[in-house]
Amino acid sequence: MTRLVAQPVKKLWAGTLVTLGLLASPVVMADVGSRIWATGGVTTIEGSAGGGLVPWAMLGSYASDEEWGGTLALSRAEVDDYSLAVTGAGLNWNNRIEVTVARQTLDLDSLVFTLKNGFGLEQDELNQDIFGVKVRLVGDVLYSPWGQWSAGLQHKRQRDFTVPNAIGARDDSGTDVYFSGSKVFFAAVFGRNLLVNGTLRGTRANQGGLLGFGGDLNNGYEVMAEAGVGVFINRQWLVGAEYRQKPDNLSFAREDDWWDMFIAWVPDRRLAVTAAFVNLGDIATLEDQQGIYLSLQGSF
Amino acid sequence: MGLRITKTTIAALLITTGLVLGGCQSLQHEPDNRLYMQLGERSGIADVVEDLLYLIVADERINHQFKGMNVAQFHRNLTDQLCELSGGPCTYTGREMRELHADMGITATQFNALAENLILAMEKNRIPTAAQNKLIKRLLPMYPDIRHL
Ligand code: HEM
Repeated sequence: MTRLVAQPVKKLWAGTLVTLGLLASPVVMADVGSRIWATGGVTTIEGSAGGGLVPWAMLGSYASDEEWGGTLALSRAEVDDYSLAVTGAGLNWNNRIEVTVARQTLDLDSLVFTLKNGFGLEQDELNQDIFGVKVRLVGDVLYSPWGQWSAGLQHKRQRDFTVPNAIGARDDSGTDVYFSGSKVFFAAVFGRNLLVNGTLRGTRANQGGLLGFGGDLNNGYEVMAEAGVGVFINRQWLVGAEYRQKPDNLSFAREDDWWDMFIAWVPDRRLAVTAAFVNLGDIATLEDQQGIYLSLQGSF
Repeated sequence: MGLRITKTTIAALLITTGLVLGGCQSLQHEPDNRLYMQLGERSGIADVVEDLLYLIVADERINHQFKGMNVAQFHRNLTDQLCELSGGPCTYTGREMRELHADMGITATQFNALAENLILAMEKNRIPTAAQNKLIKRLLPMYPDIRHL
């Protein structure tokens, strides 16, 4: 595993082949669920279904109320001084409960020198595992006048705590709790369908958990607001934007809110490709981190 | 002089705006059949419903529900319903929605299957995306009746 993690690019390709292999298999094709195209969202960087940065109330895959479904996803964000690789997988039972796992690998690139000179640390990447569960409480994102409402947990575990510890993080694991509402408004923008999402998250995570949990400025749970909107150009193309408020627990470096502008292509239920411009603000003293996000998701 | 022209311009603008708004309002009193026209009038809708029927029959998720139905009657009634709903000159004379679907125990999976087939049938008949969305929007209030919720 360590060897694979050290080679995120290789892993990305291996995963792509696996994903495409699944996509090409006719047996699997027949089993893709019944929910309407693109209503499973895509896989976020934390594994839960949503956009890129924000979990939405929809559950992953296309499983409807009598079906099972699953997703596999590979994502990569390349910002100025970091790159983040994410491998995620999810299962959905009856469009009621979603269970996800994700591994994040953050390549520290430029920060390696800061860490070596400032802290005497030799580390070039940070790894984190995220175990997620999301329950659809009530409603349907398409058919209910009040939309769909879900609640979820993301249990996050740092695999390399040396760096977060050195910069003042208190814990190497933490659990985010969130509550999410999503609704598609039909023919709302020039006859196009509009998707609106709002999420409230209770969290102690620094930079989503990659820099540990809690800190010297604040060590308790805080409630953060997150949102996403998208317009379906047609049933295969969704363009939109997301915003994610973040805590600021460490005096070592300021933490900023995140936002992105995305375009997703969902040619059919089996495949979703997402590209985005992401702005992650300042991360661990390195300023104004922005760049490109790419994600590939297969559903079965 | 400059001031007067400005005042005149503003007055003219106000009057024009008033006329345009008034015009729009009086237009809204006439029956809005734009969606009906975009769907290709009754014959266009009848084609969509026909393609929908083929898709339903081929769809293992729902075709069992439709076993033994009166195809001609279903085609006529659903066509009339969509025609009326889209602002066309038709009157739906079929059975009441909630009562009709009550005993079928229609699941979310089956409802999604039918919605998917409707979208595919509209796509096959080259109904523009905006018109598809508008028709679905008008069908949405029936969801609780069909699902018997
Ligand atoms: C928005 C969704 C729906 C609309 C607008 C709709 C509309 C209609 C209409 C207008 C009729 C004909 C009524 C008549 O002939 O008196 C009908 C009949 C029927 N519908 Fe639906 N329906 C919907 C969804 C469904 C779904 C999801 C199913 C099952 C999967 C279903 C199963 C049937 C069956 C089995 C019949 C009766 C056939 C017969 O015995 O004549 N419908 N529906």
